[in-house]
Amino acid sequence: MKMLITVILCLLLSSLGFAQDNNKEIKKDTTKLEEVLVLSRRKLSNHRQEKTLSSIDDYLEKSNKVTMIKRGNYAWEPTINNMTSERLVVTIDGMQIFGACTDKMDPITSYVDVSNLEKVTIGSGQEGTENGHSIGGGIDLKLPSSKFNGSGFKSGLDLGYETNGNYKATGLDVEYTGNKFFISTDGIYRKSDNYDAGGNEEILYSQFEKYNISLKSGYKFSETQSLDASIIYDKATDVGYPALPMDVSLAEALIASLTHYYKPEDKALKSLETKLYFNTITHIMDDTKRPVVAIRMDMPGWSDTYGFYSKADVVKNKHHFTFNFNGFYNKSLAEMTMFSNNPSEPDMFMYTWPDIRTLYSGIFIKDDFHFSAHETLASSIRLGYHNNKIAKEVGVQSLEIFHDNVQDQNNRFLVSLSSAYQLKKENYNLSFGLGYGERAPSVSEGYGFFLFNSFDNYDYIGNPNLKDEKALEANFSFKQKFNDFEIGLESSYFHIMDYIIGEIAPDVSSMTIGANGVRVYTALDHASIFNTYVNSSYKISERFAINGTVGYNYGKGNDGENLPLIKPFSYFAEFNYNTPKFNAALQLNGNGNQSNYSSRYGENETADYAILNLNLGNVFHNKLGKTVLKYGVENILDTKYSTYADWNNFPRQGRNFYVNLSFVFP
Amino acid sequence: MKLKYLLPIAFITLFFSCSTDDDDNTTIVNEVEGLELIQTIVNDNQTIEFYNEKGLFETGYNLISLRIKDNTTDSYIEDAILSWMPMMQMPTMEHSSPKSSISKALGKDTIYEGFIIYQMTNTDASGWSLTLNYTIDGTDYSVTETISVFQYENQNTASFMGSDDTKYILALIEPKDPSIAVNTMKVGLFKMENMMTFPVVEDYTIALDPRMPGMGNHTSPNNTDLTYNNADNFYYGDLSLTMTGYWKLNLKLMNADDSVLKGEDVTDENEASSLYLELEF
Repeated sequence: MKMLITVILCLLLSSLGFAQDNNKEIKKDTTKLEEVLVLSRRKLSNHRQEKTLSSIDDYLEKSNKVTMIKRGNYAWEPTINNMTSERLVVTIDGMQIFGACTDKMDPITSYVDVSNLEKVTIGSGQEGTENGHSIGGGIDLKLPSSKFNGSGFKSGLDLGYETNGNYKATGLDVEYTGNKFFISTDGIYRKSDNYDAGGNEEILYSQFEKYNISLKSGYKFSETQSLDASIIYDKATDVGYPALPMDVSLAEALIASLTHYYKPEDKALKSLETKLYFNTITHIMDDTKRPVVAIRMDMPGWSDTYGFYSKADVVKNKHHFTFNFNGFYNKSLAEMTMFSNNPSEPDMFMYTWPDIRTLYSGIFIKDDFHFSAHETLASSIRLGYHNNKIAKEVGVQSLEIFHDNVQDQNNRFLVSLSSAYQLKKENYNLSFGLGYGERAPSVSEGYGFFLFNSFDNYDYIGNPNLKDEKALEANFSFKQKFNDFEIGLESSYFHIMDYIIGEIAPDVSSMTIGANGVRVYTALDHASIFNTYVNSSYKISERFAINGTVGYNYGKGNDGENLPLIKPFSYFAEFNYNTPKFNAALQLNGNGNQSNYSSRYGENETADYAILNLNLGNVFHNKLGKTVLKYGVENILDTKYSTYADWNNFPRQGRNFYVNLSFVFP
Repeated sequence: MKLKYLLPIAFITLFFSCSTDDDDNTTIVNEVEGLELIQTIVNDNQTIEFYNEKGLFETGYNLISLRIKDNTTDSYIEDAILSWMPMMQMPTMEHSSPKSSISKALGKDTIYEGFIIYQMTNTDASGWSLTLNYTIDGTDYSVTETISVFQYENQNTASFMGSDDTKYILALIEPKDPSIAVNTMKVGLFKMENMMTFPVVEDYTIALDPRMPGMGNHTSPNNTDLTYNNADNFYYGDLSLTMTGYWKLNLKLMNADDSVLKGEDVTDENEASSLYLELEF
């Protein structure tokens, strides 16, 4: 392992060493390895059909490497490379933000909406460490960049309706762009009743309601400098989680930032962006809508984060450097109060996250070295200092029930390294990369207290003495074009050391009534995760195209046991018809039988499935502007199915007719 | 009633504290700070003051501080020898309770300390009297006064017949302020030798299984059975409490030969032991 780190370091240093080359500047790199999904609401999609008003969750799921874990019809949890939240770094425009729910009912992606965003950057593995340390990768949800192009007033209206669940969505946005000043605001409202699974089976507690408003304004006070302020407020109420024993009565976020941009011209320093930010989340679980529960309880959680980053782009000779110096301070607190069925007994109370403070600061340096016209060596390093503190004394004491040695503070020094070679020719692309990364345990893994996981039906106890989880990673991708036919392969392998996972504590009684027992977070010596996807597309004519993807994933611990939530064999095929004003796509989406399931972690075999979708879209231009109409049928055959990523195998949506209408007023 | 005694004392104290400023010890240390007065008993030329943290006697373990004031000099006696005898008057008989001897409290000049474990009381707090015998400068005094013992809200003491046909009394002493943590559990175990004598039981073992009946009989890990500590004659063990609320501390008493005298294991079929103490926080 040390050897590999050395190799990577050498690669990194050697590429830095070439900085003295006197060749001409190469313009900004366009061969980014990250998958970039452009969330453009007003364009008909070019690759796969989308609804203009589809959620971020739907958008993210279009990416090969991303799968959404679903506990309901709302707030899906993204995974990259079969790794969930704690192994990823999910940021909003570089801002760290952490969910306030101990049961992962509020992934970060649920606190923003498509209307807030310009694009989503997904980095696989160590390529996703620009904003923080991760093992599986990073997702950065980018807010729109400032505009000072004097385009004046612009507005848009989106309306959407879906039959299944009587789902309504409305979006409105207005912006004014001057030469020195801009202001834009948007709002979106979504409401869905319970949806029906295939065969008209109503899924109880699958409703949700949410709205999101954002305001962004900027002022350009010189040719090179501008200042931006942005506020996003997101509030979801009455969110049902059919796969869980509790729902959510409130998930509320306020996300605010102030950004200074400095863009000097004709200098090696291309841009310097500095942001100060703050966000606060309140999350309240609720069981009042459930008629039968073993015991009534309140489970509120709060997460506040303050942070900054300063990011510089420097282009020098053939090098493109990215520097990112960032830091944040997070406070995570969650508690649980249970109301005894025996009224004479007092309420029962515990801290499930005993006020954990996380302080992080680190620096990231990346160099894209374009050493020939077709070749790039992209290397990055992130070094960080990570400190956890248990602010409540009772937090230390309660963990001492399970662990001999509990310190109220824990310091870690984290390292992430990656290096990738990319070759880009007219007819083929090739890249391979190596990486090494470390991450600190999440708040739940380190300090959680009786967190019930309904997936394996165990209560989880955090372990403050966990070692850093470390991963060695190798990735490879290749794409070849033969006239109108294109075939590509992408593959990643992760060798994860001290893989954090819950181990059964045999003689410990569960807290949750009806749970199987208690697991304490510990680490497997090592685990392996591998995935590979083959993508192909064929352009039959100017208007017809087909594309398809086949994927295989594998995950095992050193004990030979399967890891949980590893995607089974999957496939996707699409038949497209495109003209500038009309498009149509027929999609086939399916998974093979999940035979390598992890019974140890509560999984059972999920049967194979396949569903058919039909998506259609029209664009109309008229005097007032542009109108985009999207409509279609999802799950045409009304198949009743669930995927491996559906929590407790609750069934997915049955047949659904949808229509989205967007007006753009210039 | 208390005021009647207290006011003159307060006045006199004020008066004397003013007139004794030539004394080298000018700061008067309040030796009963943090304690509440339970009761005063006037006997002859002395007033005896009883204190504890709550200001009342309750069933279970009571740590009691007391001091004796000489009513003529209005000073507290520092070299008395004391003993006590609590007594419960029942319709057909009377009996005493487990108690300690009385000794000078550590670091105090005028305060004496000891404990009494009231194993029962009447619903109106009546039934108990306390006899205090003391010797000052070779003179013996004795006084008996009715006291009120209130029923504690939980079962913090248990009196039971063991399978060895001996009557035992068990009382919870600690944790006094339980927290979500591994708490030190301290109990006193006494044998009822006769109506008046309750000696400490030595070298038995008390198995501990704390449960929350309100949470499906949830229990906590890493509890230890209570064992005898011959330094202070109490039993000690570790009690893990995973949340606040009502806890039933199921116990099993075993003698030095490990044969069970009272209590059963808690199982799926048997929700609780017949020997238990209760805790709420």
